[in-house]
Amino acid sequence: MPANLSIATDRHIALSVRDLRKVYSSDAGDVEAVRNLTFDLPAGELACLVGPSGSGKTTLLKCISGLMRPTGGTILLDGNKIVGPPKKMAVVFQEYGRSLFPWMRVHENVALPLKNQRVPKARRKELVDQALEAVGLAHVPTSYPWQLSGGMQQRVAIARAIAYQPEVLLMDEPFAAVDAQTRADLEDLIRDVWEKLGLTILFVTHDIDESVYLGERVIILSSSPTVIQDDIRVDLPDVRDQLETRSLPRFTELRHHVYQQIQLAKLNHRPADAARPPQASRMVRDA
Amino acid sequence: MKILKSIAYAVGLPIILIIIWWAATLGTANFYAPSPALLVETFAQVWFSELFLTDVLPSIGRMLAGIALAIMIGITAGLAIGTTRWLRMLLEPTLEFLRAVPPPVLIPVMMLIMGISDSMKIVTIVFGCVWPVLLNTVEGVRAVDSVLSDSSRSYAIGGLARVRHLLIPSASPQIMVGVRQSLSLGLILMVISEMFASSSGLGFSIIKFQRSFAIPEMWSGIALLGLIGVGLSFLFQFVERKALRWYHGQKEVEHAS
Repeated sequence: MPANLSIATDRHIALSVRDLRKVYSSDAGDVEAVRNLTFDLPAGELACLVGPSGSGKTTLLKCISGLMRPTGGTILLDGNKIVGPPKKMAVVFQEYGRSLFPWMRVHENVALPLKNQRVPKARRKELVDQALEAVGLAHVPTSYPWQLSGGMQQRVAIARAIAYQPEVLLMDEPFAAVDAQTRADLEDLIRDVWEKLGLTILFVTHDIDESVYLGERVIILSSSPTVIQDDIRVDLPDVRDQLETRSLPRFTELRHHVYQQIQLAKLNHRPADAARPPQASRMVRDA
Repeated sequence: MKILKSIAYAVGLPIILIIIWWAATLGTANFYAPSPALLVETFAQVWFSELFLTDVLPSIGRMLAGIALAIMIGITAGLAIGTTRWLRMLLEPTLEFLRAVPPPVLIPVMMLIMGISDSMKIVTIVFGCVWPVLLNTVEGVRAVDSVLSDSSRSYAIGGLARVRHLLIPSASPQIMVGVRQSLSLGLILMVISEMFASSSGLGFSIIKFQRSFAIPEMWSGIALLGLIGVGLSFLFQFVERKALRWYHGQKEVEHAS
């Protein structure tokens, strides 16, 4: 039995999910998508959320982003209850082709949320330029999104999110629809942006390797109705490298552990302490 | 070269038709079918005169006013109905009923209520032209992409900003389909609204020529209507291509891949 190690942290809690429950009502009967989810995200953490398909990842993200009302429980952003889409949060969706405004040029897409917040023009331009620079798209500000490749479109969506200066950035399987090489580049981009800007990121994915490679922490969801299956620390070096990090023995161990947990989740194995969800992530003991 | 070629294509068929018409009227003196030369001559005589100012321009003005009003009302009401479920449920059966009423039958009613006036004619045009715009706007607003809508909401783009930056642009291809239909309806209703108890206008002139057996003059009026229709259509295509550049570009990219 691995010891439950509380990670000592003096960082304040940016996002707190408490007893979250979501039941979809339909004529055919109620479907319980999320049963009981509780976890905290300290400010500045990059956490990955993995789960088998149909584990309610998107439901959870929609509730956190305020786009969907949970059936029960509360979500706090900086201690304030979320009832609608909060200001200090940005979301990057999987479907990059459908999340950008096709009638606006790249820089207009990035600027629109700022314009809507009445950010003065000079400051707006500065933020947009910085964001496009940060995602490596400073050279295409006047293109339309549909003139760009899929990976570049997703970069635009990321630029729009970081220009908005959110405290919490939610990402819903953002790289699921891009090819493998682009995906590796975008993963490194996220690590880079996260380190530079000190954002709190909740990154939802179904890719086990990606979750271990990217995260400081991996939260594993059970199958539906969803509870937290496991919550582990990723004790890999801070500087991640596509080749080196992925060939570390520790990477393989962690990957193995997450994989096992997901397999258990698929077999409908519930964590023993589902009734008392873990309050903090734990270390995975060496094999 | 490319432009010359497309112009050649565009005018090719009309030229062939005119040649056939010219050949068919050669050597005959049918009272009802004037030759092209006579028609051109009559056209210039009849319409490049005071009649253009007193009848043609006011008619076109009423038509454009009616179409513009119909577009504004159609888009505004369409946005409201498209975004509000209860409003849709409340209005849909009534709208179907009103839409089914052919606007010309309302002209006698309008004359009773509003008298024989410009506004009566404009209201008739609006009543006919509003439906395609309204219904297409409702469709367009309801078909707004859910991910795009979520994106906007997550960035707190709501209220009028949502209408301006999300709803209108994403419904605009559909709205344009409605506007196109309205334009041809507008021309038809402009003529019809002037055929009852009117004393001026293009439609009135055509009827007047017909009743006085001024056949070439009548034909020249019909030709003028056709030309106005072509003009409207070109104007529409120009505006549409400008406004929906993104849409056509996006579709081209999608088809290419």
